Amino acid sequence: MSVVSRKEYTGVPRDRVENFNGNQLIYLGWDNHLLFASAFLLCASPETVFRDLVQNTVTPLLAADPDAEKIDWDTVTWLKGNQPWTPDWNGTLAANGIGHKALLRFKTPSLNTICG
Amino acid sequence: MSTVFIAFQTNEETRPIIEAIELDNPSATVHQEPAMVKIDAPDELVIRRETIEEQIGREYDLQELQVNLITMSGHLTEDEDTFTLSWK
Amino acid sequence: MDTPVNKKKLSLKEKYSYLTRDLAWEPSYQSKEDLFPYATYEGIKVHDWEKWEDPFRLTMDAYWKYQAEKERKFYAIIDAFAQNNGHLKITDARYLSALKIFLQAISPGEYAAHKGFARAGREFPGVGPQVACQMQAIDEIRHAQTQIHAMSNYNKFYSGFHAFADQRDRIWYTSVARSFFDDAMSAGPFEFMIAIGFSFEYVLTNLLFVPFMSGAAYNGDMSTVTFGFSAQSDEARHMTLGLECIKFMLEQDPANVPIVQKWIDKWFWRGFRVLGLVSTMMDYMLPKRVMSWREAWNIYGEENGGALFNDLARYGIRPPKGWADAGEAVDHMSHQFMLALYQWNFGTAFHTWIPSDEDMEWLSKKYPDTFDKYYRPRWEHIKKMDEAGTPFNNFGLAKLCQTCQLPTVFTEPGDPSTLCHRETEYKGETYQFCSDHCCDIFNEEPEKYIQAWLPMPALFQDPLNGDLEAWMKWVSLENGSDNGDYQGSHDQTSFQKWRAMTTSN
Repeated sequence: MSVVSRKEYTGVPRDRVENFNGNQLIYLGWDNHLLFASAFLLCASPETVFRDLVQNTVTPLLAADPDAEKIDWDTVTWLKGNQPWTPDWNGTLAANGIGHKALLRFKTPSLNTICG
Repeated sequence: MSTVFIAFQTNEETRPIIEAIELDNPSATVHQEPAMVKIDAPDELVIRRETIEEQIGREYDLQELQVNLITMSGHLTEDEDTFTLSWK
Repeated sequence: MDTPVNKKKLSLKEKYSYLTRDLAWEPSYQSKEDLFPYATYEGIKVHDWEKWEDPFRLTMDAYWKYQAEKERKFYAIIDAFAQNNGHLKITDARYLSALKIFLQAISPGEYAAHKGFARAGREFPGVGPQVACQMQAIDEIRHAQTQIHAMSNYNKFYSGFHAFADQRDRIWYTSVARSFFDDAMSAGPFEFMIAIGFSFEYVLTNLLFVPFMSGAAYNGDMSTVTFGFSAQSDEARHMTLGLECIKFMLEQDPANVPIVQKWIDKWFWRGFRVLGLVSTMMDYMLPKRVMSWREAWNIYGEENGGALFNDLARYGIRPPKGWADAGEAVDHMSHQFMLALYQWNFGTAFHTWIPSDEDMEWLSKKYPDTFDKYYRPRWEHIKKMDEAGTPFNNFGLAKLCQTCQLPTVFTEPGDPSTLCHRETEYKGETYQFCSDHCCDIFNEEPEKYIQAWLPMPALFQDPLNGDLEAWMKWVSLENGSDNGDYQGSHDQTSFQKWRAMTTSN
């Protein structure tokens, strides 16, 4: 559908990747762990290695949840764009096809201390 | 059946108005809430100028209601003599 | 002696006709299309503007008379409030957080509504709606002014009131209300009327003002009760205008029905998202609570909205698409919001706190199916962290919804332990949403919503580039004073000290 208007109507996206000085946004959520009210908003270079993003940026954010230290990253299952997906831990975000404003979710079905 | 309602601020101006509404609408229910009075009625609620005038002992213009009105629900029909809310 | 003149009093109907309809004229040297260029492009067909009936039949002379009386009453009370240290009569300074949110998010909305109605009054070709919109435009600016004026008394003593205009424009939790009004004001006049006049004023405004103002009364806040009820005395007229407008559109042409239905679907959901903030004020921020958000929804949403949509069914209108999902969300939203506001309270210009045991008892009684099961365990854990000296802050910031601009804190319908994520792609860009309904709204008008200015992504662009301290300066947030936990705040210590002084030397 298009905007009903009196003349041609074209919008300019405000959050294009060019506006982030070489970085991009990534959203990352831990399913069924609602101590964290929403998926995290992360800002990183597309050249960041996926393992580094998880270890250096994501892991400290998760520490408040008692399940965090029990995460076995080898058995975690992932969704990207709400579809099943397997990351290449040694690849960059770009090589993993993680685009600007992409949403990643991971599941740890055996861990549910706070939110059942 | 649908409920119509009207709510007024609790004060000395509205006290006789609420009494008039109770007289004219026997099926209405009056709820006293903090600082406000809410009156519910099934399908229709009528406010009559004459009844208010009898309560307050002076002439009354129904548009004065607006000063202390908080909210209402239903279709409004208003003339000099009546102020009616209804789901019709 | 003069000849006695037979002064016949005009009937209300005649007076309305003389002072309203007779003010209109037919243009002679300009075409109607040039005079009212926005009247037709939305697709709403109007055959006879004379069919527009204002049930209140209020004329300008009566309008000024009654409004002046309301203002006199209002300022008499506000003066008394200031002279008698009214701010020390409130139950507890925690209550002020509700007021701060109101001032930062809602009062600027009144001003936006003023601008919108001024414009709608100019753009409608019919004189009935022109006059009604003009009155409402003046009402709305009065509401903004009286609210700011009333709350300025609190600004003399407490934090968080000093920069509401900056915060309205820049801080993250107010963008839901700002974007709501921006969206309405950038629509045509008919959509604006459905957005603000009908969906907001008729369907939702009771949920904002009535329980909230009763709550203010219950918590000893005379000044807020006064501005609230002064504003609310205009609302009955606004609601009537909204209802009149929708009936008029539906009766003028059957082709209008699907357009109006689409707007109802959109604007009910957008308004419902704005009200999320109110749910938190009612369930968590009032030290003494009048009723729960759920109870307010039952009366003013379920029952009153139900009666309304029953009535509109004769035109072929059904309840808004999001109605059932909204009804389900009511048992969750205040908890989801308060947990979110608490964990991000380093970035809020008001205080939050962990609910006390007594608060949690009340919440569990009011939300027997959801609080103990889903939300109490999170609060208990947060309490444990706080007691251990490591209070919970979530520095991950939040994923925001492209449409409503709120953090996506809502759960899947039917599954309260899974966050709801929706995503779409438009012209090669990815967009994220909080719900099916916000995603649908985007898909109807993507060119409009891709322009959304989202506060969290903006933090990582020039000139802030992720600098939290620079961001605080930019949103006029005084770190350590406006934000953070209520426990240990300036508001808490000042209020306790001053209150003690009112009962002894």
